[in-house]
Amino acid sequence: MGLKLNINGAEREVRADPDTPLLFVLREELKLKGAKLGCGLEQCGACHVLADGVSVPSCVAPAGSFEGKKIVTVEGLSENEIGRRVQEAFVKAGAAQCGYCTAGLVIGATALLTEMPHPDREAAKAALNPHLCRCGAHPRVLKAVEMAARR
Amino acid sequence: MNLDDYPLISDWVTVEDGRIVLRSGKVDIGQRISTALALIAAEELCLDPSGIAIAPVSTDDSPDEGITSGSNSVEQSGRAIRAAAATLRRLAITAAASREGGDPSDWRLEQDGLRGPGQNDPVPLTKIAATLDLDVPVERDVTPIARDGAPPRGRMRGIEALVDGSFVFLHDIEEPRMWHARVVRPPHLVAKLVCLDDDVVRDLQAQGFRVIEDGRFVAVAGPGEWPVIRAAEKLGRAAEWGTGDGIDDGDIFALLTTGNAHRLKIVDGRPMPEAEIPAPLDVIHAEARYERPFTMHGALAPSAALAEWDGTKLRILTHSQGIFPLRNAIAESFGLEPVHVSLTHVPGSGCYGHNGADDAAMEAALIARHLPGRPILLKWTREDEHGWEPYGPPQAVEIAATLGAGERISAISVNSIGGTFRGRPRPGPDRAGPAKLIANWMREGGTAPQPPKPNMNEQGGLHRNIDPIYAIGDRRLVKNLVSDLPLRTSALRCLGAAANVFAIESFIDERCRSSGQDPFAFRKAQILDERAIEVLDVLEEAAGPCREGRGIAYAQYKNSMARVGVAVDLDVTDEADVRLHRIVLVADAGRVADLDGLEAQLEGGALQGASWALEEAVTWDRDGVTSRDWESYPVLRFENVPEFDITIIDRPESPALGAGEAASGPVVAAIANAICDATGLRLRRLPMTGEAIRGAALRA
Repeated sequence: MGLKLNINGAEREVRADPDTPLLFVLREELKLKGAKLGCGLEQCGACHVLADGVSVPSCVAPAGSFEGKKIVTVEGLSENEIGRRVQEAFVKAGAAQCGYCTAGLVIGATALLTEMPHPDREAAKAALNPHLCRCGAHPRVLKAVEMAARR
Repeated sequence: MNLDDYPLISDWVTVEDGRIVLRSGKVDIGQRISTALALIAAEELCLDPSGIAIAPVSTDDSPDEGITSGSNSVEQSGRAIRAAAATLRRLAITAAASREGGDPSDWRLEQDGLRGPGQNDPVPLTKIAATLDLDVPVERDVTPIARDGAPPRGRMRGIEALVDGSFVFLHDIEEPRMWHARVVRPPHLVAKLVCLDDDVVRDLQAQGFRVIEDGRFVAVAGPGEWPVIRAAEKLGRAAEWGTGDGIDDGDIFALLTTGNAHRLKIVDGRPMPEAEIPAPLDVIHAEARYERPFTMHGALAPSAALAEWDGTKLRILTHSQGIFPLRNAIAESFGLEPVHVSLTHVPGSGCYGHNGADDAAMEAALIARHLPGRPILLKWTREDEHGWEPYGPPQAVEIAATLGAGERISAISVNSIGGTFRGRPRPGPDRAGPAKLIANWMREGGTAPQPPKPNMNEQGGLHRNIDPIYAIGDRRLVKNLVSDLPLRTSALRCLGAAANVFAIESFIDERCRSSGQDPFAFRKAQILDERAIEVLDVLEEAAGPCREGRGIAYAQYKNSMARVGVAVDLDVTDEADVRLHRIVLVADAGRVADLDGLEAQLEGGALQGASWALEEAVTWDRDGVTSRDWESYPVLRFENVPEFDITIIDRPESPALGAGEAASGPVVAAIANAICDATGLRLRRLPMTGEAIRGAALRA
């Protein structure tokens, strides 16, 4: 079969069945474990990746549906100017507790700031609403988005 | 106490390869205890905290500090590490003086090392420390280092790895020869396995999977996570379950009555097994009942564990909060010596109490025992976690009061009624540990569940914060433990304090409103604790001008730990949805170990409280739990996250107090009080959803 995916700027040929959800191809075959399995139902945001710059869940959609798209995972984010700023801002703001949601949020925040360089707080909340955080790191995440936007 | 069992410096602090290494039995579950412990040691030893290492927490070589719970870690582990580090500092200074000359009192420890009289080149602390015998007792009365200035504000350990995806959670671990596993679960706890289709089992085994069937316990293991998920789906369809009468789906709150309960009088936070239950008040001017449903921990990551059985020993990686009690319960389950079972903590997601972690560890071990020599990484599914974690129990709090002049409470009775928080696998008589693990309820020859026993600890379980902080002479406090609830329950963040504080602080607010009194002045007139009054004064100032839709609440966690005052500003929309605007929070948690971590814990506790207040309730019917995902069990999301305004009152001269659970109860109460301020409607049952508010409006 074979499946060609563009991941973090590199063309990768993967063996997995194209029906396998992208998340499992990333984590199992490519050993990119930054995206997390939280629900497998596209409800929690822990598995988000960028597909052509858009923040999308990867836990259900088949890997085959990502052919021809540029996929960026949290591991590849530092190659992206906005992504790097977001990562630095998360560190500075201490925007995590357990951190299981963090990778998805960093992706979500990068997509937001790419689309809208200076979002107000309500726009940030709306953009990050697909992401659950159970520890209550939300205020720091919102602060990190503001810090990254300011720079 | 931990220093009694682990009295030596080397139990807590060692020097390895020129680095200070800390050992603690408390595990990091996102509450940043490792950051706080490193800051405490760094403060005592004048070191950069990033240069201090923290040993993994393991049953093989960590101090047994029981369970990481109850906001106790900074107080217990922090105190031990502070004392051990301070003793080390004193010994290092003495050694430097005796080697280099001068009197120890003339030596100082500074950022770059130890400096003696007239000495230009400091001696690095770790250099001296490496030469010391640290197998000597920690000096309990050693003076902690004085602090002049602001408390330390640490950078969270591990955050760089979290933002670039390199942080390793238990869920990410890979080992050579490792297989994945999933459990196939019945619709509910009382279902019996009628049959498992042999053809499907044979088919799966032929494809290289292994199906494990042990009583009602059914699991599948194999190489590759996604193939195992698919195999588990097939196996699930091949299992036929006899559901019997199902589970009781009647009104849970009708079961929560004093007549249904094992009752215990509470005095000064302690259950009194011999004491007579106090009589009801002679004169009742006001009474009300407040209710909280089953709620779940709802960890973002479904529980997981890795286990390997080599024929003699079990090795388990787990994100349990209590690796030592769990080790003993698993050993007893399999008839193994505890020394043959080794548990190491590896981070999972935040858990907020006893979630599925311990059960997952036992289940992984059970599967591993069927597949010797192979590491098994078991992950629960989202549906497993929602449907099978031990929930926080439902609770009802009945308050009655006799009122004096100015509506002041002269006598109060509080009945806290609910299910058990004691579901953790702690060892005890009659296989009490194994009886708490669901795999043992399922497998052949396992151990059946046992009726709960009341928590008799000071400020434990249902009676945590049952005792109002106000100066009331006549107080009649009773905990009422109800057994035989339809769903399994255990420890959830705050235990009974969340509902008790919600009830007491709502009841106080009702007195203020019925007599038209200011909620700050009314509280302060009945509080003797000066630190509480300072918290309320600072809160009043920080909250600013009055607005409609403001509620306040105050509590001191366990009546002895962190003091937290909260003001919540909110609006109630035309559709009766609550929009949170701002949470103003003032806390006194004694000497601050890590200012940033403390603020993060207060924010997190506050937002979990807000989620309980507005969103969370487990639902079920005769066929099982119906809260099976994040749509059927909604929680607080970004869209309703308020602004925060936090003030910390640092008390460098007082012991550090844990604060991870101190904010939740006050926030729940403050939201109820703010909703009443905004709408005139008093809600006494959680969650206070738009539907609940509309219902209250129709009844008003």
